Amino acid sequence: MSANMLWLIWAATLDTLFMVAVSAAIGLLLGAPLGIFLATSGRGELFAAPAVNRVLGLVVNALRSTPFIILVVAIIPFTRLVTGTSIGTTAAIVPLTVATVPFVARLVESAIREVDPGLVEAARAMGASPAQIVWKVLVPEARPSITLGVTLTIVSLIGYSAMVGAVGGGGLGDLGIRYGYQRFMPEMMLAVVLVLIALVQLVQSAGDRLARRFDKRARRS
Amino acid sequence: MNPAASGDAPAIVRLENVTKRFAAPGGGEGFAALSEVDLAVPAGSITGIIGRSGAGKSTLVRLVNGLERPTVGRVTVDGVEVSALGEGPLRQLRRRIGMIFQHFNLLQSRTAFDNVALPLEIAGVGRAEIRRRVAPLLDLVGLADKAGNYPSELSGGQKQRVGIARALASEPRVLLSDEATSALDPDTTRQVLALLKTVNRELGLTVILITHEMPVVREIATRVAVMDGGRVVEEGDTYSVFSRPAHATTRAFLEGVTGVRLPAFLRERMTADAGAAREAVLEIVFTGPTATDPILFDLGRTLDLPVNILAGAVEEIDERPFGTLVVSLALGRLEEARRFIEARGLATEVLGYVR
Repeated sequence: MSANMLWLIWAATLDTLFMVAVSAAIGLLLGAPLGIFLATSGRGELFAAPAVNRVLGLVVNALRSTPFIILVVAIIPFTRLVTGTSIGTTAAIVPLTVATVPFVARLVESAIREVDPGLVEAARAMGASPAQIVWKVLVPEARPSITLGVTLTIVSLIGYSAMVGAVGGGGLGDLGIRYGYQRFMPEMMLAVVLVLIALVQLVQSAGDRLARRFDKRARRS
Repeated sequence: MNPAASGDAPAIVRLENVTKRFAAPGGGEGFAALSEVDLAVPAGSITGIIGRSGAGKSTLVRLVNGLERPTVGRVTVDGVEVSALGEGPLRQLRRRIGMIFQHFNLLQSRTAFDNVALPLEIAGVGRAEIRRRVAPLLDLVGLADKAGNYPSELSGGQKQRVGIARALASEPRVLLSDEATSALDPDTTRQVLALLKTVNRELGLTVILITHEMPVVREIATRVAVMDGGRVVEEGDTYSVFSRPAHATTRAFLEGVTGVRLPAFLRERMTADAGAAREAVLEIVFTGPTATDPILFDLGRTLDLPVNILAGAVEEIDERPFGTLVVSLALGRLEEARRFIEARGLATEVLGYVR
């Protein structure tokens, strides 16, 4: 494998990491509050707003049921509006983020809903405000599950980021398609796959370790 | 017995004509969890509220700290009408009412120390002040050495102790206990109840104790309200209610808790029919100041009436003696004996007759 190829793989890996990191960060920033709201705005809940809850739930479901590759193409006007272009690594961040937000929202929602309702009642009995209940009870108690959810999100994003290569986004997927597939370079394809496997493995084990550290439910002796 | 004996203290919690209805899923009348409840909890008392599941006792306690609002009626705590407060003032009030739960409801992600600190954080108490106040509380509940442990590392009894320390952190005037010992074994239950009694005495805290177990009430309550079908069916100081239960529900709860069980051979020989019987089986309940008088000795000496002791027990309720004695005596002299005993302020009841 030539030095040139190694250099290409290295650059593509950086592109992938860049896309994944930025869309994961923005996705989490927007998706987590959305998830918390979805988990607490049902009828009779902390921030009861059943109508808003239902509408947001529908939007989230709609975004999640759209195949990613279709989403990428469908929101090209929006992508152009945000980044000024619809081609390239930076442009690819837009559809990646749009796909991540509802994904994170549902994961956070289910993590929050797993928290024992007795804890919410205890906090209410202490005179906690809804915001205090979220920040002092729900989020800390759901942190191990949220951490695993974020790990899952990043792993999925690594997979999605390989798809944006199809519309001119850079990264490992793009490299694999252009060199491995179109130029018949099986060794390039193999290298790309290996790097992706390594990335996923790394993220998953780091996430697992972090979640275990947060989880005080069953201590290992 | 004056039911207001220990009710002289002003009421700190008062329910007046309270009805709580939960909406039916399809609209309509809904389900009345509480109906026309009047209840006064004297300051400094330990008031037991006993009832079967579904009797409305949990709803009642949730009305006290405003987790539920009454459909009709008034709930006042320490002179403040809870049922009329808006969310903000209600939160302030809740900070002065502690609550402990059947399943402890401790945060798994926080250590014992941080769990106790939670109500203080919520009340906006500073970090230094929190450190100063939490340690003595853990000390009070006997868990000073467990401050850094997570709930999953503690036993049930220890978790409830953390729960109690947490409930006391905001220096409340009232402590609500919702089946706090129902998930604990008998030994641990006694320890937790003893701790509640201690905080009641030392901090002058009023305790409202919800339970379905009469032994819990007997162990520490000074007053008791018996609930059935959303209504308070009997209420009074524990001693009166235990010694002279008036309502069928109360009697059912007391079965096997107080008094004596007759041996089986005797129960089999007993009939309800006085016709052919020679002896009557009489239950004498000793209460009040005469509970420890030698009544049988007097009976024998004054009336020259021999009695057979069949069963008996003396127990202590609210730190006063309470005795039950089952005797048999000649049927012909039954009325004479009852007059003699009742003249001394004791209650008697004919359980049956034997040949």
